[in-house]
Amino acid sequence: MNPVLEVKKLSRYFGGLKAVSEVDLSIAPNEIVALIGPNGAGKTTFFNCITGIYEPSEGEVLLHANGTTTSLNGKKPHAITALGLARTFQNIRLFQEMTVLENVMVGFHCRTSAGIMGALLHTPAALREEQETIDQAYGLLRSVNLHNSYAAKARNLPYGAQRRLEIARALATSPAVLLLDEPAAGMNPFETRELETLVQRIREAHKLCVLLIEHDMNIVMSMSDRIYVMEYGSCIAEGTPMEIRHNPKVIKAYLGEESHA
Amino acid sequence: MFKTRIIKALLAALWFMVLTFPIVGIQVNTTARNINWRWDRIASMGIGIFVLALLWNWCFERKALGLPIIKKLPDSFHYSFNELQNRPLFKKGLPIAILAAMLLMPLVSSIYQTNIMISAMVYVILALGLNIIVGLAGQLVLGYAAFYAVGAYTYGLLYHYFGLTFWACLPLGGLAAVIAGFLLGLPVLGLRGDYLAIVTLGFGEIVRLLLLSQGDITGGPRGISNIPRPSFFGMKMTLDQVTNYTYYLVLAGVLITILVISRLKNSRIGLALQALREDEIACEAMGINTTRIKLTAFMLCSCWAGFAGVIFAAKTTYLNPASFTFMDSAMILSMVVLGGMGSISGVVLAAMLLILAPEYLRAFSEYRMLLFGAVMVLMMIFRPQGIIAGAHRDYHISENIREKASPEDEEGNADSAERASA
Repeated sequence: MNPVLEVKKLSRYFGGLKAVSEVDLSIAPNEIVALIGPNGAGKTTFFNCITGIYEPSEGEVLLHANGTTTSLNGKKPHAITALGLARTFQNIRLFQEMTVLENVMVGFHCRTSAGIMGALLHTPAALREEQETIDQAYGLLRSVNLHNSYAAKARNLPYGAQRRLEIARALATSPAVLLLDEPAAGMNPFETRELETLVQRIREAHKLCVLLIEHDMNIVMSMSDRIYVMEYGSCIAEGTPMEIRHNPKVIKAYLGEESHA
Repeated sequence: MFKTRIIKALLAALWFMVLTFPIVGIQVNTTARNINWRWDRIASMGIGIFVLALLWNWCFERKALGLPIIKKLPDSFHYSFNELQNRPLFKKGLPIAILAAMLLMPLVSSIYQTNIMISAMVYVILALGLNIIVGLAGQLVLGYAAFYAVGAYTYGLLYHYFGLTFWACLPLGGLAAVIAGFLLGLPVLGLRGDYLAIVTLGFGEIVRLLLLSQGDITGGPRGISNIPRPSFFGMKMTLDQVTNYTYYLVLAGVLITILVISRLKNSRIGLALQALREDEIACEAMGINTTRIKLTAFMLCSCWAGFAGVIFAAKTTYLNPASFTFMDSAMILSMVVLGGMGSISGVVLAAMLLILAPEYLRAFSEYRMLLFGAVMVLMMIFRPQGIIAGAHRDYHISENIREKASPEDEEGNADSAERASA
């Protein structure tokens, strides 16, 4: 099957430091792929190169979505999101003072088109679009179980709910690929399990593929279809959870010599 | 606890006495060549500071404990006030009552008072315009008076050289300010926070200095005089009539501004601007072109300053650069901050207060800046959200979407999730 996201020999240097060097990665439709590695392995830099916060020094990022292939190199983050690649953040970045519903409505920005004039004159088209946005946002909130607190301020939500809201907000941009940066960080085992079912349900419902960075081995092993392992900026292994679990290089480099995971 | 409070206040009092001793305590009489030691003043300084320090510490302790500074009103009162606020009669009645009072005002008041009200309303328009970029989008702009000046001088100069009327110049003034906003915004809006503030501050001064130095064109410090007041189909009007006419014109301007800003605030663009204020990186990640949306907001807010400038020129009939100093920019900014970032009613109230209070409290004019500064500091510490915090809109969700039965086992999940995270 043709991949949705294809990363070819991606490198990123900071001065003489190779933060990411020649990493290849591809995600097939409907696939959940995890990127793991010890702290400082270059996972977040890799993420930032894909989402446009950094420009890759070498290599190419290709997105095959909506029947076209686009290179993401040198594109601004907002353009990349508009092309169909949404993300969440490691340290939650919600619009704290806005309501839960408004947070999701902001996500629809790049899929809607009402301009200033439409807003000021309350044209029928603008009003219709707005009502559609409200309803769709509410629907997304329902899918992550937040519809009952849609009028609450985002910062008043409990931690786990904030993570779910971030996912709903990312879904509002109707992505082809969803990037999750440590979605289970700071969650208790119960919330982690819940997150796992949520991500799997989203994948089915929205027909998208997921790339996640995660430290929690349990969630990575049980949820991903394939795993990439990074160390010192390079990809040292790739394979199914079973293969990764028994890959001696990974055990040595990442899980530690004595680990029997 | 009590003891430490007293000691703290005593130390503060002592410190102030030492600090102000040379200014307050020593008076040199140059003719008699002697020194008057004014111990009484030092003593009253000490007592005053002691009391203030006690009060100040008490306020901070309350704040740290999350208690209200002013004792809570009895519950029954709170209840009835909430009740009142939610009554449709109150909700609709209050704005209508205020509007009616505003409409009737020039008929009963003197020209002098009508004129004061006109200036206050011009500032309301300015403050609401600035509210777009500062309150909604969270970008600190310090040179707002520059755009105001561009609008005012557009009318002044176009009248002076080409004899254009108020009505022709109103859109042109707005347009000129928009162009100025675009030219400044294009390179500058990539900057964040403090840098944007500094560049716009510089721009404000550049415009003012240009107006001063290009005397051949702008009249320099002498300014432009005899600018005509707004006309009404060429009708001849007495001073009284034209003042009232200007009043209603500006009132209409205020109402239009309120309508525009409230619609903008709740629109798709308004939401994007608020998202920008909350978190620029996340906003960008939502597919919003932050540079473009900032530029849009900046141009819209300079447009409003341009309109206000033209109205100001027509109202005063005289322009010079002294009306567009940094003090004016700071004043408009304080209206937005005091009133509440992004809050329309708050900003209107603050603009009215800041312009009308000095007019009616002339007796205290010496202490005006002192009071102003104190109020600003106290507000920032004890009520940073402003007089009236921005209200959140109630969204109406279509019935069929809302009533759709929840799929799967979601309800159960939600409950346990709340419990787990609690």
